[in-house]
Amino acid sequence: MKLKLRVWRQRDAGASGTMATYEVDGISPDMSFLEMLDTLNEDLILRGEDPVAFDHDCREGICGACSLVINGDAHGPERTTTCQLHMRSFADGDTIDVEPWRAAAFPVVKDLVVDRSSFDRIIQAGGYVSVPTGAAPEAHATPVPKPDADFAFEHAECIGCGACVAACPNGSAMLFTSAKINHLNVLPQGAPERETRVLDMVATMDEEGFGGCTLTGECATACPKGIPLPSITAMNKEWLRANRKVKR
Amino acid sequence: MAVSGLMMLGYLAAHVLGNLKVFFGPQEFNEYGHWLRTMGAPVLHQEWALWIVRIGLLAAVVAHGVAAYQLSRRDIRARPVSYAHKRKRASYATRTMRWGGIILALFIVWHILDLTTLTVNENAQPGRPYENVVATFSTWYGNVIYLTAMLALGLHIRHGFWSAAQTLGAGSATRDRALKAAANGLALVLTAGFVAVPVAVMTGVVS
Repeated sequence: MKLKLRVWRQRDAGASGTMATYEVDGISPDMSFLEMLDTLNEDLILRGEDPVAFDHDCREGICGACSLVINGDAHGPERTTTCQLHMRSFADGDTIDVEPWRAAAFPVVKDLVVDRSSFDRIIQAGGYVSVPTGAAPEAHATPVPKPDADFAFEHAECIGCGACVAACPNGSAMLFTSAKINHLNVLPQGAPERETRVLDMVATMDEEGFGGCTLTGECATACPKGIPLPSITAMNKEWLRANRKVKR
Repeated sequence: MAVSGLMMLGYLAAHVLGNLKVFFGPQEFNEYGHWLRTMGAPVLHQEWALWIVRIGLLAAVVAHGVAAYQLSRRDIRARPVSYAHKRKRASYATRTMRWGGIILALFIVWHILDLTTLTVNENAQPGRPYENVVATFSTWYGNVIYLTAMLALGLHIRHGFWSAAQTLGAGSATRDRALKAAANGLALVLTAGFVAVPVAVMTGVVS
């Protein structure tokens, strides 16, 4: 396969960037999108040019490190992560636009790499359970109803990649934050911090400069892990409940 | 956005029922118009109930507009650099919420000047709403403005009602289909109900 790429190049956080055009040849349809970028980078290094910086880690679709908005879609045309997207999803001779996640809360570090530590700060605000240390408790000591366990697991699938923010026309982080809150708030282990968790995490989300939710549903469509849109509704319900319970 | 939107939606449901009285002739419609001024009497003074509704509505419109402005400002700030590869995002109703809202706000101003203060009405007879309504829908611009606004209203309710349910935490995965159907049904019934009046005047059913 021979492809034309238009890739966002930006020297560093302070520099202004531009879409640069490259041609890559000899691409196998079985290559992943990242392997195609590796091929481009090998060419660039041989030519003495600066390779394109992009985030990646496990390349198995489970770590949430890879990103990239490909032809306007977060993680590209398939509902998966960029590392699990294969070149067979494109046709020979295609022009492909590759851009970083675009959000005020995700500043570009270099080329296609963005700083997603705003997500870490949302987690730090309450995306955990406080438990006493020591030996693991007996597995059946805390019964969890099956529907609750399923609900928690569905939301625990979030890998924190940020595709929801990238896809949202408003740059909102509601789907990420709701996945993290719902995952813990439905479980007995998360119950002691149920109210403070939702209030603090939503407050931090707002402080980080993410946009507001207008329920366009683009986030859930882009999510490689299939976090559903009603996740946001469940968070709103938790937030309203917490505000009634906690007088601040 | 959700609470003020639902307040206006509740008002619109009452409004469309009142409008449909136009099909029962000038006497009944004009009597209904007069009753709106005396409703709540004798507990309330003449027009007091009407003014309470008007003040509540004004508060809802202002709250809705201010919240929409704040939300839009925040959303635009959150994406300072837009994507080079453009594509249409979300459904038509969702994408047109902002412009649709502006169209509706302008329409409300026109609507009050036309049928409340009668400033721009061709007939402009106080106390004779039936004749004033017929006069409005006998002009081409009256029909164009009204029909455009009612289509915008339908689209706005389609996304707005469902969204309000999500904001207030009333939705869920199992209830989603029912909520979407309710939003579409509400949008359709209200738009059809409002549009029925100008169509009836244009076709001569109401004259």
